[in-house]
Amino acid sequence: MTVDLDRCTGCGACVTACHAENNIPTVGDEQAARGRAMHWIRVERYWDGEFPDARLKFRPVMCQQCDAAPCEPVCPTYASHHTDEGLNAQVYNRCIGTRYCANACPYNVRFFDFFNPQWPKPLDAQLNPDVSIREVGVMEKCTFCVQRIHAVEIQAKADKREVKDGEIQPACAQSCSAKALVFGDLNDPESDVSRLSRAERGAKLLEELGTQPKITYLAKQTQA
Amino acid sequence: MSHPAHERLTVDLLRPLEQTSWRFYLLVAFLGSIVAMGLGTWLYQMYMGFGMTGINMPVYWAFYITNFVFWIGISHAGTLISAILRLVNAGWRRPVTRCAEVITAFALMIGAMFPIIHLGRPWLFFWLVPYPNQRLIWPNFRSPLVWDFFAISTYLTGSLLFLFLPMIPDFALIRDRATGFRRRAYGLLSLGWRGTTTQWHRLETAMQIMAIAIIPVAVSVHTIVSFDFSMAPVPMWHSTMFGPYFVAGAIFSGIAGLIIAMASLRKFLHLERYLHPVHFENLGKLLLMMSLLWGYFIFAERLTTWFGNDVGEMNVFYVTQRGSFSPLYWTMVVCNLVIPFTILALRWLRTIAGCVVASFSVCIGMWLERFLIVVPSLSHKYLPYSWGHYRPRPVEIMITVATFAAMTLLYTLFSKFVPIISIWELKAGDHPSSELYPAAMHEHSLGETRA
Repeated sequence: MTVDLDRCTGCGACVTACHAENNIPTVGDEQAARGRAMHWIRVERYWDGEFPDARLKFRPVMCQQCDAAPCEPVCPTYASHHTDEGLNAQVYNRCIGTRYCANACPYNVRFFDFFNPQWPKPLDAQLNPDVSIREVGVMEKCTFCVQRIHAVEIQAKADKREVKDGEIQPACAQSCSAKALVFGDLNDPESDVSRLSRAERGAKLLEELGTQPKITYLAKQTQA
Repeated sequence: MSHPAHERLTVDLLRPLEQTSWRFYLLVAFLGSIVAMGLGTWLYQMYMGFGMTGINMPVYWAFYITNFVFWIGISHAGTLISAILRLVNAGWRRPVTRCAEVITAFALMIGAMFPIIHLGRPWLFFWLVPYPNQRLIWPNFRSPLVWDFFAISTYLTGSLLFLFLPMIPDFALIRDRATGFRRRAYGLLSLGWRGTTTQWHRLETAMQIMAIAIIPVAVSVHTIVSFDFSMAPVPMWHSTMFGPYFVAGAIFSGIAGLIIAMASLRKFLHLERYLHPVHFENLGKLLLMMSLLWGYFIFAERLTTWFGNDVGEMNVFYVTQRGSFSPLYWTMVVCNLVIPFTILALRWLRTIAGCVVASFSVCIGMWLERFLIVVPSLSHKYLPYSWGHYRPRPVEIMITVATFAAMTLLYTLFSKFVPIISIWELKAGDHPSSELYPAAMHEHSLGETRA
């Protein structure tokens, strides 16, 4: 996936879409104040410069789906592991909640279920049947909407064809009105996402840690 | 066994086993109720959800892991010190070894509880254990938490053996003096000990083997505990120094724990005739040396971090050095370095009371040290947007208090059922006479210190 920081408006539609798609519990204001808010994708907000010349910068951060993910080797039960497709999977049923993966993650994009999930009405009536609900005591995180990836793959297989570029849309990318988020197959050099991630203004987040993230951030162009 | 001095020694050291005052019951009831409250709190936490604690994003480890490292550290008092003193054949070790080894056993049991207490789903803790199972999956051997499991279970098994072996002749002694149920119980524990030359030889050999084997195990345990941190790419955790740093810290807090335990035993069980000021003097010197070693480590850690000037690490560095964690940080420096150094370096302050004050200070300081390793790094990882803070909630405080009560309770109960000072070793040290003890038990006069 690529994230174009020049296009991101910080609207937060991706966050809402992610909550709706992935059955992420809303924890309420009291728990959120305690730092228990769960957002598999968040829009980080940074101020540049001093008032009155301050400029606002946004950076959507979600699981970077690292190739050398620090969360994977530390999990004692293989709840956090690498799939054949290159995703960082989180197997909720294997997780016993050591929270070691979340500590090892330099991006802080792993979330712990402090309580059994609950939703205020009427949100409880719109849960996604394709996504399992996580019980208290397990870790969860961005899956790149693995349910959507698999749905498209199964459909393509039934139709006896290859998956087309841009056919798979995670909820965040689908809802991004500015088209800042682009998802696709990095193994296909012709795909939009491959082309964009080769761009000159592309960079990885905390690349120096050697995690080899799969998400490329396209830098904001400086204004003259 | 007709030696009059020996008879007096036996009577003295078996007195706690044979007479029980109302104060004992009061103490046990008091400590027991705190431990029960701690267990109740844990059940409450499981029932209500882990959110009852103060843990949050991004501080996913806090009090429980601090306690885990602290108690595993305390456990280094016993077995390691006792093994070293046995190997170098230090004569003054005799009244010290058992009360030290017991600390190891209990502190390790308490410490090993915390990785389970801190789990999100503690009822599934056995998934950390490698055994052929219906899930057809092994634990991940790359995970330092699985290394922890092996290290701690090895160390616990080893220390229990190391504790039990020299208790056998004492169990036999109690058996011979007791009647009825007590005779049967201690008879079972003494494993048919009759005091033959062969048995003494075998005991001595077994203890030699254990004393040598337990030292690398003890060093490895705290190194592996430190790997829990240093294997993760977290600022100020990812350090090659953590292994020796943790081992030194563990021995440091361990000696402090031992001095406190010995001083309490001396006072409450009236063991003034056996635990002399010279024991505290010697352990105090050891504590002084470890205090300086600790100071050396923290200096080396801080200086290299500061010179390295890595962006991520400097955030953690400053938040402890002069930010929101600085009151705790400087308390730690005072407790671990200033107070013990001042007290223990001056001969006239290195009394029993002085050693106990220094030891309490070190225990507080070392607990803070572990807290300051765990929390500031997690709350100030790389991306400033996700920085956080941590404040303990009553659940965590209650469980922490309960573990200290549990340690005292287990120690009190142990000293009620087992002579806390090894009777036969004391006798062998006092009067190495070939008529009473086989040649295998004799020792070199070198290293003997008589008070």
